[in-house]
Amino acid sequence: MAAILSFYQSLIHSLNKVKDQYWDTILSPTRPFFQLKLGEVWNSRDLLWLFTKRDIAQLYKQTILGPLWFFLQPLLTTIVFTVVFGGIAAMSTDGIPPMLFYLAGQVFWVHFAEVLNKTSTTFRDNQSIFGKVYFARLIAPLSVVLNSLIKFGIQLTLFVIIYLYFILFEGTPIQLHWQAALLPVLIILTGLMGLGMGLIITSLTTKYRDLTFLVTFGVQLLMFITPSVIYPLSEVSPEYRFLAGLNPLTAVIETFKYGFLGEGTFSWLYFGSSVVTTLVLFLAGVLIFNKTEKNFMDVI
Amino acid sequence: MAKPVIKVENLSKQYRLGGYGSGTLTDDLKRWWANARGKEDPFIIIGESNDRSVASESQYVWSLRDINFEVQQGEVVGLIGKNGAGKSTLLKVLSKVTGPTLGKAYLKGRVGSMLEVGTGFHPELTGRENIFLNGTILGMRKKEVAKKLDDIVEFAGVARYLETPVKRYSSGMTVRLAFAVAAHLEPEILLVDEVLAVGDAEFQKKCLGKMGEVSKEGRTILFVSHNLGSMRRLCNRGVLLQNGEMAYVGNIDTALEKYLNSGGTDDDGDASNSVSFDLNDSMVQLTEIAVENSQGEGKSTYYYGEKIYVNIKYVARQDTRNIGIRIAVSRNGETLFLSQDTDIEEELLGKKAAGEYAVRVAMPGFLKSGLYTISVYLMEVGVPKEEKIDILKFVLDDSNTDTTNKSFASDKPGILRPHLTWEYVEFPVPV
Repeated sequence: MAAILSFYQSLIHSLNKVKDQYWDTILSPTRPFFQLKLGEVWNSRDLLWLFTKRDIAQLYKQTILGPLWFFLQPLLTTIVFTVVFGGIAAMSTDGIPPMLFYLAGQVFWVHFAEVLNKTSTTFRDNQSIFGKVYFARLIAPLSVVLNSLIKFGIQLTLFVIIYLYFILFEGTPIQLHWQAALLPVLIILTGLMGLGMGLIITSLTTKYRDLTFLVTFGVQLLMFITPSVIYPLSEVSPEYRFLAGLNPLTAVIETFKYGFLGEGTFSWLYFGSSVVTTLVLFLAGVLIFNKTEKNFMDVI
Repeated sequence: MAKPVIKVENLSKQYRLGGYGSGTLTDDLKRWWANARGKEDPFIIIGESNDRSVASESQYVWSLRDINFEVQQGEVVGLIGKNGAGKSTLLKVLSKVTGPTLGKAYLKGRVGSMLEVGTGFHPELTGRENIFLNGTILGMRKKEVAKKLDDIVEFAGVARYLETPVKRYSSGMTVRLAFAVAAHLEPEILLVDEVLAVGDAEFQKKCLGKMGEVSKEGRTILFVSHNLGSMRRLCNRGVLLQNGEMAYVGNIDTALEKYLNSGGTDDDGDASNSVSFDLNDSMVQLTEIAVENSQGEGKSTYYYGEKIYVNIKYVARQDTRNIGIRIAVSRNGETLFLSQDTDIEEELLGKKAAGEYAVRVAMPGFLKSGLYTISVYLMEVGVPKEEKIDILKFVLDDSNTDTTNKSFASDKPGILRPHLTWEYVEFPVPV
């Protein structure tokens, strides 16, 4: 906390220093290491909105089903999971109806994976526009997060519909916990996690492209070692459970399930470590991204 | 009064030739090791200047080397140089698209750049949506774009298609719309790369007019164009780049003159005051082209008042007809006029016997001082059979005449120095 505070003080200090001087912009080969440039992002919030709108429009135009596709994808995955893992393999779901268990996991996983996948190619996808005009570069990956967030909202609606169905028509006993109120925090954490990792990867891959191969199948593998997507944390054998609980995404989904479905694992240790890990990933991602952004045109 | 808005100090930019990345992993490690010991990047020292015609010895070249200049508020500065001289790189560094390798640049005020027309245009979006998207990419707020929407639409002349996706536009319409957005940016500093090459002549003129307006409003423009005529009209100062190094900074006329003198136009042709050609087996062929004064002297500089002649020799190996000789006279890169031997004496188009011909044409007396280039064409039935572009070159100097406060002084607008007679047809009746 103290570190963040002193960092902000130095940020404000450096901003004031520039203001005192005659020049508004100084271009030099070296830049201060600590430079989040969030003010610049805030000033270009109009652009963020327009980018997001552009990408949504691009998805819908000339499709028949439009946003309905967002329902189908998690629904089909959930049905397959329910049949294969819940039915054939008979894996535990903490006593939660398998449909709800898998759908909850899917909704968060899809959001995380999409943000990670798409932001990890930010520089490659935007090289033609980045090469011709300067604007706050972070706007491009942030618009990916916003876009995915909209899909997430639609899929969460699907979850709520099925959730209500189970309560009203199946009479499934469900106990709400106060952790349900953490939902906004959970959503933000999921987005920032994917963004932070994506920013680090896109920065590293401008020079050495090898990592892109890793990302495409790595994200799929990641799903299997993230408890709570396919199997609950409580099923992990005790000697690995602590390690698995430190997975920032596991803590998020487990907290969600505990809050809304009444089963799952909530612990301040896991949740707190998830918050810290996410913030570190995000800060590191932004710093590396800003450092790479300056000269990436010469190397990509 | 003068207020600097751009200051460039020892700005340099290095690139690595071939391959990908900023170098190999070993180079990266060497760099990192030098950095860790607090030493200079070892590859900074070995770069070569960027002369693209000479094969390089080092893998590293300087696209820009030690560039220094300052621009005052309201100035329009032209960046001049051949392809690969570093003009676009300089604009890229100043617009923050890429960082400098060494040196610094200082900018005051909001910077808008137009390195390409229509950056970020999306084919699926409508004209209106693209105006907003493009405008915000270039640095405007949404509110500002909304305020200028009508002006932009009118300037581009696309009112009818505003709600149509841009993918249905003709390419000319897309370009007009894109330029209209960029032209209505209101940054304090505007960086413009060769963007006027697109669009029809009428629209180009409109764009130039708009840019002139912008500079009158006190904004500063840094401008790259291969259209030297528009450069001369728009700019008041020039920066001449040669192989990434700064060759001259100062008055635009001097800069253009130096540029043209240095081999000028991009074909690298060796212009001089006399050229002869090796014989080939064409039926008709230009053999010798020269410029001289009435004493028969071929010089690189003539003074105002001297009679200047262009001499052209050509050979016909057998009897021919329909042959004409045409010249094009350009001043500082801008074509002034064409002239052909058959313009007035049409019978010259008739039969010509085999043999060597020599023609001479006197330059008119209304030429204003400047750098002149002359292109010679051997025409056959109105089509050039042989063309020697900018083959002759000379400077016309008017320092032998007094031009103080005269309307034809070289820094005044206008491209000719005609000798006109003024008559007072009525005098006031004395009271």
